Amino acid sequence: MAGTVLFFVFAGFAIACALSTVYHRNPLYSAVSLIGVFISLSCIYVTLAAPFIAAVQILIYAGAIMVLVIFVIMLLNLDEEKPYRRLNYLYALGGFLGIVLLAQTFFVFVAVNKTPKHTVAQDETVGKTLSIGANMYTEYLLPVEIVGVLLLMAIIGGVILVRRLNQPELELVVHNESEKRHFEQ
Amino acid sequence: MEPSLASYLALSGILFAIGATGVIFKRNAIGMFMCIELMLNAVNLTFVAFSRYYSDVTGQLFVFMVMSVAAAEAAVGLGIIIAFFRNRVSVDVDDASILKN
Amino acid sequence: MTEILKTAFPFIVWTVGVLIAFQMVLMIVAYTVLAERKVLGWIQGRIGPNRVGPWGLLQPFADLFKFIFKEDLVPDKSTKFIYFLAPLVALTCALLPMVVYPFGPNLTDPLSWLVPYVKDISYLGDATAWIAEQAKNMPLTIARIDVGVLFVLGITSVGVYGIALAGWSSNNKYSLMGGLRSSAQMISYELAMGAAVIGVVMLAGTLDLNGIIFAQIRSPFRWYIIPQFIGFIVFLIAAFAETNRVPFDLPEAETELVAGFHTEYSALKFALFFMAEYVNMFTVSVMCVTLFLGGWYVPGLSHIFEVGSIPYAVVSHLAFIGKICAFLFLYIWIRGTLPRFRFDQLMNFGWKFLLPLALLNVIVTIIIVYFLNVN
Repeated sequence: MAGTVLFFVFAGFAIACALSTVYHRNPLYSAVSLIGVFISLSCIYVTLAAPFIAAVQILIYAGAIMVLVIFVIMLLNLDEEKPYRRLNYLYALGGFLGIVLLAQTFFVFVAVNKTPKHTVAQDETVGKTLSIGANMYTEYLLPVEIVGVLLLMAIIGGVILVRRLNQPELELVVHNESEKRHFEQ
Repeated sequence: MEPSLASYLALSGILFAIGATGVIFKRNAIGMFMCIELMLNAVNLTFVAFSRYYSDVTGQLFVFMVMSVAAAEAAVGLGIIIAFFRNRVSVDVDDASILKN
Repeated sequence: MTEILKTAFPFIVWTVGVLIAFQMVLMIVAYTVLAERKVLGWIQGRIGPNRVGPWGLLQPFADLFKFIFKEDLVPDKSTKFIYFLAPLVALTCALLPMVVYPFGPNLTDPLSWLVPYVKDISYLGDATAWIAEQAKNMPLTIARIDVGVLFVLGITSVGVYGIALAGWSSNNKYSLMGGLRSSAQMISYELAMGAAVIGVVMLAGTLDLNGIIFAQIRSPFRWYIIPQFIGFIVFLIAAFAETNRVPFDLPEAETELVAGFHTEYSALKFALFFMAEYVNMFTVSVMCVTLFLGGWYVPGLSHIFEVGSIPYAVVSHLAFIGKICAFLFLYIWIRGTLPRFRFDQLMNFGWKFLLPLALLNVIVTIIIVYFLNVN
């Protein structure tokens, strides 16, 4: 009973925050709403007996990725998006996609509810740190190694992408910007 | 009583639909990036729910991999956004359609 | 009646325990503020606050009342919702890790002294045996979770939002600079902090804070500060940076940024930030003590008192608090002693010195643990 109540509370919060992420034009509001989604999902993971994943969700998503995003938003000092001037067919496309995905979700919900319940003996060690670590470094060692290499590539890529511009390039950017502002006035 | 597997899948599907719609609606590169993260999280939820209902740890390991990939994506994606902002003083993806300066 | 009592008893015990824990931590935090002013005064050859109460002991309450009754100014051009959210986030994230603090050792029979008093009361008579049964092996922790270390690291890393959002929403250039500096600093030093913890986690083989203490008791060194000295130093320095204390207090450097991220905050909202900073100091002290100094464990105490008895728990708990207070004093002492880093020095120090050192420590620990397990 308590599990159901918690699920609906956090599910409602997650959906509300997700909608607010898409709705707000101010990127910082979107980011704050997205953190709400992450935290409520983490709470749902706790109810799903996955404490390790819940903690890592907070640590990586809320604590690292979104801090980076907010840092970039603050660093670039982004303000609100300008009023939409995109072609209307994109909105039609987006709305259509959303409706199709929702219909699919509904179909999955009905179909999964109809199927006879597949009961497995619950193993309480699943989701504990020990079982995750043991599996990660035995059966799934190759994916872990690949992810490690991927992270290394991301580090190198990130450093190369945002390296400091040399002086002539910097002057060019400043020049272009000042001309653009002059032109807009 | 625990909620059924179907309700977790439904929540995940709804979040995924919202994220997918958002990617198309947003013009802002950072906004699109956040919607992609939302979609990844929706998928993670299905992994964890299945892992719970089949009592198998594989799903949670995949969540871990997805998170690592998301972290790598954040580093590179935000690097691209900053580099783009330096050249265009904007993070609007519509401005990225021009190849020349 | 018995049924109601049986159902309610764990909740009552837990609620009372949680309230006592919170009250105690908040009192220590309040008096840390006073101690900071006193000790700083002594370091600088002054007396420090001595007007309110004997030796100024009531100063924290005077400060609290002042904060409550001050006028609460909200900048006109601020982003209201986030402006109100930021202090709440900061304080909540500072207080949440308290849930997993290991306050003391397990008690095998904590309520045995209660039985003679309760036995004569008729409606409690049946419940006493049950109470004694339930209270066995009661750990002095609010929630013993499997991933305590990750929980604390995760929650403290969420705490950076309080500062970053406060800086952004105040719509003030000093606040924004403070918020930016703080997020950059916290991202950088979190890595070193996490890497320093890995060594301890590998030696202990668990992420549970109580489990780490028990692993230290079993280990030949008793305290992990001996095999993990480099990790301890890295953790301590990173902890100073995480809590924005001198010499890493760039987010609120008075001489450059007015007051940093909380320039535009006044009255109770400022008090929340202020409290959050001190509660964070307490949290990192708890982590230092638990991971490296054996937590509540006092070597040799089991020869004097029986393990699991009440005196054993009390002395262990007092030792835990004493170790924390020593760390809090270290914080104040360093504040009175060291000057502030420059921002580029801070970044260079974090990325080029502290993180490689922490990674080196991890590698050495991996090799040692491997050979220990092989033999």
